Amino acid sequence: MLVGSAVPRTEDPPLIRGRGSFVADRATGAWAVRFVRSPVASGVIRSIEFPDGALVFTAADLEGLGDIRPMLHRGDYAPVAQPLLARDRVRFAGEPLAAVVARTAYEAEDLAEQVYVDIDVEDCVVDVVSAMADGAPKVHETDLGTNIAVDARVATPGVAEAFTSAAHVVEVQVGSDRQSAFPLETRGGLAEFDPRTGRVRLTTSTQAAHVVRTAICDVLGIPERDLQVIAPDVGGGFGQKYCLAREDAVVTWLARRLERRVAWIEDRLENFTSAFHSREHQYTLRAAFSADGIMQALDADIICNVGAYSCYPVTCAVEPLMAMAEMPGPYAVREYAARARAVLTNLCPIAPYRGVSRPVITLALERLMDTAARQLGVDPVELRLRNLIDDFPHTSPTGLVYDEASYREALRSAVEAVDLPSLRQRQAELRERGRFIGVGFSTFSERTGYGTSAFAARMMDVTLGYEDVELAMDPSGNVELRIGASPHGQGLATALGQIVADRLGIELAAVRVNHGDTDRDPFGWGSFASRGMVIAGGAASLAADMLAEQVSRVAAEMLEAVPEDIVLADGAATVAGTTVSVLISEVARTASHRRDLAGGVQGLAVRTTYDPAGTFSNACHVAVVEVDPDTGAVTIERFVVVEDAGLLVNPMIVDGQIHGGVCQGIANALYESLQYDDDGNLVTASLLDYLPPTIAELPHVEIHHLVTISDATLTGAKGVGEGGTIGAPAAVLNAISDALSPWGVDVNQMPATPSRIRSLIRGRHPERNNTR
Amino acid sequence: MSSQERPVTLEVNGDPVRVFVEARKTLADTLREDCGLTGTHLGCEQGVCGACTVLIDGDPVRSCLMFAVQAEGSEIRTIEGLESADGTLHPLQQSFWDHHGLQCGFCTPGFLMLAAGVLEKDPNADEETLREALSSNLCRCTGYQNILKSVLAAAEKLRS
Repeated sequence: MLVGSAVPRTEDPPLIRGRGSFVADRATGAWAVRFVRSPVASGVIRSIEFPDGALVFTAADLEGLGDIRPMLHRGDYAPVAQPLLARDRVRFAGEPLAAVVARTAYEAEDLAEQVYVDIDVEDCVVDVVSAMADGAPKVHETDLGTNIAVDARVATPGVAEAFTSAAHVVEVQVGSDRQSAFPLETRGGLAEFDPRTGRVRLTTSTQAAHVVRTAICDVLGIPERDLQVIAPDVGGGFGQKYCLAREDAVVTWLARRLERRVAWIEDRLENFTSAFHSREHQYTLRAAFSADGIMQALDADIICNVGAYSCYPVTCAVEPLMAMAEMPGPYAVREYAARARAVLTNLCPIAPYRGVSRPVITLALERLMDTAARQLGVDPVELRLRNLIDDFPHTSPTGLVYDEASYREALRSAVEAVDLPSLRQRQAELRERGRFIGVGFSTFSERTGYGTSAFAARMMDVTLGYEDVELAMDPSGNVELRIGASPHGQGLATALGQIVADRLGIELAAVRVNHGDTDRDPFGWGSFASRGMVIAGGAASLAADMLAEQVSRVAAEMLEAVPEDIVLADGAATVAGTTVSVLISEVARTASHRRDLAGGVQGLAVRTTYDPAGTFSNACHVAVVEVDPDTGAVTIERFVVVEDAGLLVNPMIVDGQIHGGVCQGIANALYESLQYDDDGNLVTASLLDYLPPTIAELPHVEIHHLVTISDATLTGAKGVGEGGTIGAPAAVLNAISDALSPWGVDVNQMPATPSRIRSLIRGRHPERNNTR
Repeated sequence: MSSQERPVTLEVNGDPVRVFVEARKTLADTLREDCGLTGTHLGCEQGVCGACTVLIDGDPVRSCLMFAVQAEGSEIRTIEGLESADGTLHPLQQSFWDHHGLQCGFCTPGFLMLAAGVLEKDPNADEETLREALSSNLCRCTGYQNILKSVLAAAEKLRS
């Protein structure tokens, strides 16, 4: 059995040999496209001047093309339009104003510097408070008449009563600074015009080739057959490369207009200023607890700064609406009210980033739990155990159905793994000596693998969800699995190969997985939301079973047996209980070349789909930290993850996903923050200012697995791609707050930088203000 | 050759190479565009991420921070030259494969060349030294844990 074993990845050999094929690698020799970007956050474009004869294109050249206008069909959503290049006005610093085309990237940069842009600068709004204030400058003229792009509410009937009768009411305010997904490969698109067919092939660093094709064809007004979109090797995405890059639409248009091969390779400055940001959220949670510590009601106020435009296809409402829908997370509270707002500002637009809202949801709920534990005088682990879901299926107040999981067991296992009693003892001893360690828990659910029914509830114009696959065996007995998912580092090709190979009784090497080519692969929604293994995996397992049945029928004909008696294993089809067998390669040849002997099987090829309702992974993260109250520095001593992702198809890959996810979660908790000045200029636009952690900052991540097999997923696998990122921030901030409890300091805003921690301590202890 | 281009002679992965490049062209772009060696990646062009790390006369160097003309006469090794002539993987490459030291693979050539340079100079480098050296480069996928595991395992193999 390959499923369940840590087989090395089939993706790796070209990548370790330097033979990867990323978009920039394919773009050598293409004409270079450079975007001239707005130097200001808000203003009216008066003129754009450039040298005569230069290949410079502006919004005026794009007249007649559509805007990018992602749609949610709900009355509380205000749609906004994004032109391919800024037209009439600019709405954030970094917005593309013009596209310059030259023979080389060096020449294109020279030319871009000669483009003179005259903009009447206007007042901008950079933060949600000023954007929501009366008389605030409007980022767009919208149907709602404000800077609010979505203002949604939900409430169960008994919330007010629960607060009135509560023994305790606990309130926390938490937030996350703006963060970049920071894929190591920046974005980029290579568009090649084919003069023979008039088609364009766009090779782009994307997580969802089919979505890009539809979006670009819609705005350019061309049929989808005229555009082939290819996702080559993609150097990380984490969500930033899921939503449409307007620049990709421009390079596609340029290839058609110039009938040339043109490429835009984003530089790191552009990636910081202009590629989607995420995570700028502020939540206020209030919870009503009974005297015995049971949460009776939860009220959430969710505000997200979504920047200047709405991202296609998921819209700028995705983060606040997800936060509203997925609270109260793993807790069984029945009464729930929430208000969720997306606020438009003159900042770079946001798009989902690994975990989407859940890192902040989890931070909010887990800070709430620790705060409540202190207020109620209950141990924080005990308080969680009293409130975690333990009865399945569980229907949340917003109607989500939770399949079986292990919330309490994960927490108990985590407590055991870190040996909490001895940690508490050491904490007390160290405090006596003026050292401050703390332990923080984070329990959470990770909703994954949800299909059309879940997305339909969002009322998006584009309803994501299912995954189609095609599987065919060639006359040599090798198979190709073509998928609509678009993995870019997750190892999905290997894991799907394991499933298919097992079911067909062939070697992993006999399975090739093809993805990221709209000409060749079935329509699909790409890779996001921890869904690849669940949905594409489910579809692949169905397809493999269908193909195995065809192979068995041909083999049965060849062996004069019945198909039900054929066993496929070790590259052969064998009549069960006998040594009568034929090689699968011979079966494959017969099916193609001697159809007269193939038992009526019309070729070895199948196509199928899988569209599940969804499942919930769960985990508990524990961080043990030491905080230096003088410097505010945080050291993570230990980081433990107890994860339940159901069946592990490839445990090595699963652990890798957790390692990387936790790393990004710790980055969110301690290091990464995109900061703007009051005029809307990004002041952290280099790697000297924006600080993705190196190996020096990161702990060893210790992983324990629980395995709950639920019937909500065909393969038994639950998703695991985002969990690390979701759980880690809350564990770290809870640990810091625990460490600093003698100082009376709660750390509720990410990242918990040294200066933030110092200022919190000084806020409570003015005597520590050094006024020299 | 335009008037602004000048000849540069390099030794790349053991082969003599003569290219004509503008003085402002970086070594990274020269390797990628003029030598066809696209395994050297550009992640930031700010000298921070290290994806473009190559060995110049044995030292790990960020090829985005150096002009090709500055490399005149140097011996350069890139990821394409790390495996043996017969295609056998270098122990570091094999170890990254065995220990899941890569996910998207974009930073991988830089980490491999960095580790190769460090271990060639100091085959007995201990874990602390290697962690310190590996902190030169950025990876966004792996959390570095399996990169360290891969390098430690390869170091041991190289010593034996």
